[in-house]
Amino acid sequence: MTVSREEMLIGAIARLILDPAAPPARHIAVGAASPIPAAACWLVKLMGHPVRLSLLHRPTGNPFTEGTRELFDLAGQGRIDLFFLGGGQIDGQANLNLVGTGAWPGRAARFPGSFGSAFMYLMTPRTILFREEHSRRVLVPRVDIVSAPGISPPGVFRRGTAQALVTGRCVFRFDGAGFTLASIHPGDTAQSVRENTGFDYAEADAPPTPAPTQAQLDLLRGPVCDEMMETYPEFCRRVWRRATDISDNAGKAA
Amino acid sequence: MTSDDLAALVPDGALLALPPDNSLAPCEFARALVRRGARGLRLLGVPVSGFATDLLIGAGCVASVQTSAVTLGEAGTAPRFTDAVRRGAIEVIDATCPAIHTMLQAAEKGVPFMPLRGVLGSDVAAHRPDWKTIDNPFAAGGDPILLLPALSPDIAAFHAVCADSHGNVWVGRRRECATIAHASRRTLVTVERMVAGNLLDDERMAPGVISGVYVEAVAVTARGAWPIGLLDEYAMDGPHIAEYARLARTEEGFASYLARHVLPPSAVAA
Repeated sequence: MTVSREEMLIGAIARLILDPAAPPARHIAVGAASPIPAAACWLVKLMGHPVRLSLLHRPTGNPFTEGTRELFDLAGQGRIDLFFLGGGQIDGQANLNLVGTGAWPGRAARFPGSFGSAFMYLMTPRTILFREEHSRRVLVPRVDIVSAPGISPPGVFRRGTAQALVTGRCVFRFDGAGFTLASIHPGDTAQSVRENTGFDYAEADAPPTPAPTQAQLDLLRGPVCDEMMETYPEFCRRVWRRATDISDNAGKAA
Repeated sequence: MTSDDLAALVPDGALLALPPDNSLAPCEFARALVRRGARGLRLLGVPVSGFATDLLIGAGCVASVQTSAVTLGEAGTAPRFTDAVRRGAIEVIDATCPAIHTMLQAAEKGVPFMPLRGVLGSDVAAHRPDWKTIDNPFAAGGDPILLLPALSPDIAAFHAVCADSHGNVWVGRRRECATIAHASRRTLVTVERMVAGNLLDDERMAPGVISGVYVEAVAVTARGAWPIGLLDEYAMDGPHIAEYARLARTEEGFASYLARHVLPPSAVAA
């Protein structure tokens, strides 16, 4: 079985989580509809690193007894070290737009909404941005609507910002002012990344993004998939061809 | 009492607070509101909105929605919501999740406002004239912080596992529903079943109970969360939600969905 695109991205995110130069990630929270970041967190944990994972949408054994209210209270206190965010648009200052394009509130194309991004981005010491689609439609010079700002003026309470942006083509590092191309996934080049990126960024000789090791792949295809099955059955079926038994669910609903 | 009786208690134009799809969503109650022909509802997603909100918007029951996001989860964007925003058919009052919790917590405490960190610099705050930024009066200066007004929904509604004859409702670990009930003027609940005795007499159940003092009415509605899941009672009906997402892309498809699954009371999953 060759390394899939999803596994490459999971491996890239896991390396960012473990970056010794970044603030420590003792407690990571993962929000809705984030199977690739969630898999990266499980990979880090199952590699033996002491990390607490709070998966917001886990049905069984959900870590919160006050729902998302508790997640945000934890983050407000600084008890969540790392969170993941994405965006319908992301710009070169790491501003995120989850609201929509065109005039407020997204009359051209409405996205779901800001969720907790306007809070989490400022309260969390580090955020890994993840957006699989890497195109000029998504990575824009300036977002139409700022759901959550990447940079705040002096005096605004803020614990951190983006550590990096992982896309389907590459990894960008964020230094608090702008992005730098850090590595390029197989199948892409410095030129194809430039052609598909709407914002400006710094570029040295970016190396290829390393594939996950065989040990990491074994973990992903076994125990990580096991942990992911309940919350992300569709993803597990698609990426790891894991069969799901939906008869119980369907039988009850019919 | 049935879910249709509960829906009759909701006046047109009410500010109606609903939990999201992972937290006791009252979907049969929403179908009953559609059947009753509710109009002008002002929905509040606590803190986000899902299937029930999209259904109510599509059926023309909704004037405005205050929420942090509307989504069908793995089934993708909420098609009737997205279409209504494009057409300008509903007012959208965007918030961000902890702001909605905080506004309800202020109402729960009976105080006029509460502060919240973060959010500054977001266009969400810029479009909320009812939110104010002040300088933290407890700091030496230069520490701007957001103040949010208390928000008291007219009605809170959710679907829980069980209730007792005293009106106590068991919500399990989804205790954020207690905040919604505490903050709202009236709380209407559907449950899978009634239980004998008093839930508050049970030391193990009591921490997950909303006291009957907050609850106006309870209706037994088996599978009342369907097609959303309910705690460990039943899982989300993913294929059904995917079918809804597909049909609701067009008004005609949505109308056929309503005819098949919502309008005849007998069509609801047994």
